[in-house]
Amino acid sequence: MAWNYSELVKQHFFQPKNVGRVENADGTGDVGSIACGDALSLTIAVDKNTDIITDAKFQTFGCGSAIAASSMLTEMIKGKTLDEALKVSNADIAKALGGLPPEKMHCSVMGREALEAAVNNYRGITPEAHDEEEGRVICTCFGVTEGKLRHVIAENDLRTLEDITNYTKAGGGCGACIDELEILLEEHLQQKPHTPTPTAARQPLTNLQRISLIQELLDHEVRPILQEDAGDLELVDIDGLRVTIRMVGQCSGCRAAGLTTKWIEDKLREIVDPAIELHVKEDL
Amino acid sequence: MKRVYADNNATTQVAPEVLDAMMPYLTEKYGNPSSMHEFGGQVGKVIEDAREKVALALGAQNATEIVFLSCGTESDNTAIRSALATKKDRRKIVTTRVEHPAVLTLCRHLEREGYQVRYLPVDRQGNLNLDDLRDAMDDQVAVVSIMAANNETGVLYPVAEAARIAHQHGALFHTDAVQIMGKVPLNLQETDIDLLSISGHKIHAPKGIGALYIRRGSRFRPMILGGHQERGRRGGTENVPGIVALGKAAELSLQHIDDEQTRVRALRDRLETALLRIPNSIVNGDRDNRLPGTLNISFEFVEGEAMLLMLDQVGICASSGSACTSGTLEPSHVLRALGVPFSFAHGSLRFSFGRYNNDADVDHIIETLPPIIERLREISPFKPA
Repeated sequence: MAWNYSELVKQHFFQPKNVGRVENADGTGDVGSIACGDALSLTIAVDKNTDIITDAKFQTFGCGSAIAASSMLTEMIKGKTLDEALKVSNADIAKALGGLPPEKMHCSVMGREALEAAVNNYRGITPEAHDEEEGRVICTCFGVTEGKLRHVIAENDLRTLEDITNYTKAGGGCGACIDELEILLEEHLQQKPHTPTPTAARQPLTNLQRISLIQELLDHEVRPILQEDAGDLELVDIDGLRVTIRMVGQCSGCRAAGLTTKWIEDKLREIVDPAIELHVKEDL
Repeated sequence: MKRVYADNNATTQVAPEVLDAMMPYLTEKYGNPSSMHEFGGQVGKVIEDAREKVALALGAQNATEIVFLSCGTESDNTAIRSALATKKDRRKIVTTRVEHPAVLTLCRHLEREGYQVRYLPVDRQGNLNLDDLRDAMDDQVAVVSIMAANNETGVLYPVAEAARIAHQHGALFHTDAVQIMGKVPLNLQETDIDLLSISGHKIHAPKGIGALYIRRGSRFRPMILGGHQERGRRGGTENVPGIVALGKAAELSLQHIDDEQTRVRALRDRLETALLRIPNSIVNGDRDNRLPGTLNISFEFVEGEAMLLMLDQVGICASSGSACTSGTLEPSHVLRALGVPFSFAHGSLRFSFGRYNNDADVDHIIETLPPIIERLREISPFKPA
């Protein structure tokens, strides 16, 4: 099947930057394997005094997007301190490439893993110690550990099994681990690590901050739950502390709608502001 | 830029003669063959003419053994479903691990419907051992479905012998013959094959037309119910231009079998010899028992999709069985069934030549592919020892 690659992906595939190995590298990160179909070896040179990555090179076995993601990664981390570099997430790599097809997101995850491995190698954190953190292998087809799964699911706020396979490959082989993946996914969806911190711990909100917090709360916490029951809501207006929504799908006209709106209002009051007033606009 | 189309197992160019033959039925001769008036009736006659041509190309006994339908997949599905419906007391299916998804996906679905399916293995060369088929047979097997030639490797299967074995146990025998038609002579009259599937677009007719051979005297259950078209064996107004095209393409395919076996085979062999000079390369599939135009070759330490992207840049169309191109995360089920090591399976390329390929095409691939592999191996962390 022909992939719809961005111009930047093509550019970094056909003219990759920083191919090879840094001589006398200070840190090396090797991830993936030939059996899995992609592998990346990242070497970095680090200035001991400033912690700045002065050079980075890669060697990659893999498809077009794996090579492009590796090339982009080296460009993104050169000149950064180790701590700054570690802030580069897989999503950042994908974004810098002008996006990756969903099925290819695991290529950006591989880049991020190689970076971590190279920094750990430089800092003397042994792969064994690191492996312990990673926990047991859940997907045996692609050797994906529980630690990696939890990390990637949380960092990218993955919401479906398909997402997990696209980002980590787990579940893409024999499928025997699907049940365990479901459990991890369920845990993530219930924990909702994206829950915004309650108001108590926050500075008073500006108008703009309040609007974006309300939107975030509705999008990440409320709508997914309504959508499970084939319902949804639309945000109609935010005027100061007055929030207006419209219920759609199964939620519109649902006999439990009163309970639902009460629950939404409670959430808004808890997270955003105790003085929030929720209004439901009825369909004409 | 010169375009080299070396992906004829995926689909083929419509032959100009085929296009000429079908054109009137896309323009002025648009009548419905079911109509009572002569305007439609004359169209009915060309359908029967096409049926004769397809029957002749397959070596069928009688034109009425041919049913036109929409594609190879519909033909495979119809054949297997019909066999099961006419052998109601039997609950087993025997097929192979290397079938096309048109058969494999259906079989997996039928397992959920309660059928027991036996998937025969192939050896490292992709060959089937008929003793495995004999072992799998008992009086519960309703149908045996084995492809005549594999689309990925080109390996040929002994379907005439397999059909005899199936009949010894009272089972029906179906073969997916979409890849073999026009490349190896077929003579169905001399075999025990009950059901055989072909597809137009693999033999220089357009997409959207296929046929199913149903041995005369076999019981048959249609899959698509509707009007009386195709003697009630496939409902739906006939795809007249497609049927005319398939008839013409079948006629041409007979004329071109010699060309496939000599000239096209020589093109494939020349490419194979040249590419095997690249270190760490292997051919997938039995080199002595293959379609004449198919070459499936793997290069270690490089990945298939990356090679295809670079080939595309220089105008070469080929395909690969690597994970990134199979639409899943694992290399193709065919290469895995052969037991091709993963390091090679990810780096597989398939070139498939046909009627319109020439020496210049082979030259272009021989000139451009080795540097591509060299470049990707420079990027790769793994190298030939």
